[in-house]
Amino acid sequence: MRKLLLITTTSALFAGAATAEDVKLGVLMGFTGPIESLVPNMSASAKIAIEEVNQSGLFLNGSTLIAVEADSTCIDSAAATSAAERLITTDNVAGIIGADCSGVTSAVLQNVARPNGVVMISPSATSPSLTTAKDDGLFFRTAPSDTREGEVMADSVFEKGFKSVALTYTNNDYGKGLSEAFATAYTAKGGIITIHAAHEDGKADYSAEVGALAAAGGDILVVVGYLGQGGQGIIQGSLDSGAFDKFVLPDGMVGDALPAAIGPALNGSFGQIAGSDSTGAATFEAKAKEHGFDGTSAYSPGTYDAAALFALAMQAAKSTKSADYAGKILNIANAPGEKIYAGELAKGLQLILDGQDIDFEGTTAIELIGPGDSAGRYREIEVKNGKIETVGFR
Amino acid sequence: MDFLNALIAFLNFVFVPGLAYGAQLALGALGITLIYGILRFSNFAHGDTMAFGTMVTIYTTWGLQAAGITLGVLPTALLGLPVGIAATAFLTLATDRIIYKFYRKNKALPTVLVMVSMGVMFVLNGIVRLFIGVEEQNFADGERFLISTGDFKAMTGLAEGLAIKSTQAITVIVAVLVVTWLFWFLQKTRTGKSMRAFSDNEELALLSSINPDRVVQMTWIIAAALATIAGVLYGLDKSFKPFTYFQLLLPIFAAAIVGGLGNPLGAIAGGFIIAFSEVTVTYAWTKVLTYVLPESMAPKNLIQLISTDYKLAVSFVILILVLLFMPTGLFKGKSV
Repeated sequence: MRKLLLITTTSALFAGAATAEDVKLGVLMGFTGPIESLVPNMSASAKIAIEEVNQSGLFLNGSTLIAVEADSTCIDSAAATSAAERLITTDNVAGIIGADCSGVTSAVLQNVARPNGVVMISPSATSPSLTTAKDDGLFFRTAPSDTREGEVMADSVFEKGFKSVALTYTNNDYGKGLSEAFATAYTAKGGIITIHAAHEDGKADYSAEVGALAAAGGDILVVVGYLGQGGQGIIQGSLDSGAFDKFVLPDGMVGDALPAAIGPALNGSFGQIAGSDSTGAATFEAKAKEHGFDGTSAYSPGTYDAAALFALAMQAAKSTKSADYAGKILNIANAPGEKIYAGELAKGLQLILDGQDIDFEGTTAIELIGPGDSAGRYREIEVKNGKIETVGFR
Repeated sequence: MDFLNALIAFLNFVFVPGLAYGAQLALGALGITLIYGILRFSNFAHGDTMAFGTMVTIYTTWGLQAAGITLGVLPTALLGLPVGIAATAFLTLATDRIIYKFYRKNKALPTVLVMVSMGVMFVLNGIVRLFIGVEEQNFADGERFLISTGDFKAMTGLAEGLAIKSTQAITVIVAVLVVTWLFWFLQKTRTGKSMRAFSDNEELALLSSINPDRVVQMTWIIAAALATIAGVLYGLDKSFKPFTYFQLLLPIFAAAIVGGLGNPLGAIAGGFIIAFSEVTVTYAWTKVLTYVLPESMAPKNLIQLISTDYKLAVSFVILILVLLFMPTGLFKGKSV
């Protein structure tokens, strides 16, 4: 059966060979560096979307999408810039999925994407500064800005009755942006922030940070960081020394690895992560399981959406040139039109081919606002019995 | 009572974690200093040697756990440690034979050897990630706390708790044992003496018929043992992640240089100086002062000398001051 399918798809490819071509998409992510444990799943998610598009055979007269991976390192702007440079000049990619972390993303946007006029869709850069950054209409993201998450987090912390918090953030664009957004929203509601302290990731020891946080006190500790990095070190240190027993966990800290590493002491801690209850999410998670990874892993759904958006926008523009399809992305992602969820990319491509309008929902019920930001819906989680459980959406 | 509370808060958040971290850094710095003293180059691959040794120990630990063998209240990793040391010693001896020996024979400059060790660092970096992956691994088992904050509060009735993790206690005890053994070995045994002679004056040592190959081999074996022990203790106390071990290189080098490169005593002092300076200078004294001062003078705001952002800067300022005023380090090592 599989062979038959293969033969039919190959023959279909040859049939359309007159205009079919290989369209390369750059996947620029931190395969090494602080989020190297998240990236393999993200990259695999992009490939699921690409595979879906290719199997449909409907994409631009039977063209094939090919993913080209490059290492953004997450933290080293110079390395990310040269990797992006290579993607565009050597590999001739039609667009870049990425970059991942906010700092390298804005570096690549300003130094490579804008000068070369290539579209970037980031699944995970959430810094508020990217909303206002000059982008010539080339930058989009499937992850909502931290300003929005800050408000959501402040609401939920306040509603749960915590009136004073200690706050620590990872010292980068993401940490600074989100912690400031939270602080603004939280103090506006009348909450007190006892200390607003940064921590560095990947450091050997966090006793100093824990000591300072404990001395400042507070009802609960808000940890704006990464799991498996400084954030986890601080939680472990706080529990061991009895400084705090409950934690607020924003998106970078949400992952099954955290309760697995910390154990039952984490029960009762809560947080939120971009995510939705849309039907697309379930389809995607099932697909991810088939490919042997966890589809709820942070930013993976957004990466699928980013790859799908490229394919659909190119289809709508009938072109792989950034200048042609960049303008289509907002139309594709937003209403009006027939809703297209994850797993229905073939249907979406067909509808576009038939000249109909679509509203791509994907896995995250994506809605692009303003200059290409995601509106953002959040999944509220709580750690119960050593597992991350969804308790609501906001 | 209030004074006791202040003391306990200080012990819990500054002294105990600083002591354990200092011991881990000291063991790492000893390995660096030993190689610098005898082989005369800064070994950048030391952090990743630690990661390699820890990785082998983790695999052994998992094997032992699967076979149902544990150490009871102590972490099983202590049983796996000898295997880790043996494998790491084999690795360092092999790299020496294949790589460093060539440069030593050609009398390469120390700078060249540093670059070579950087290459070795990248290769080891890759090897460790290929085997165990990039993710974090937890391999600590046994009793987690010697005394936990809850127990301490119940026992003493104080408002502040003191936690001592068993891994912290093990770290300090093992560090003391290893350091004592190392000093005995260097001072009293024939091999130790020949190593020191080789370090002091290579030509003179060769004239007194000291076998240089043997000295080099012993150095690598001891460095491997120190690296593995430091790595495993660190991993037990915190957790194992290749990226963090790579980053450990920085404070370890700072410790070795502050103490005086090539001087074992300096490496130990340096380890504790770096660890405690990181923790104390950035500590927020609010809680301690609230206990000690009369109520009217109790601080309302955060009392903190400098923010924890500058933690890393603190050790580098110390490093620069030491290099400016005592270029050979606090304990008279070799000049850098």
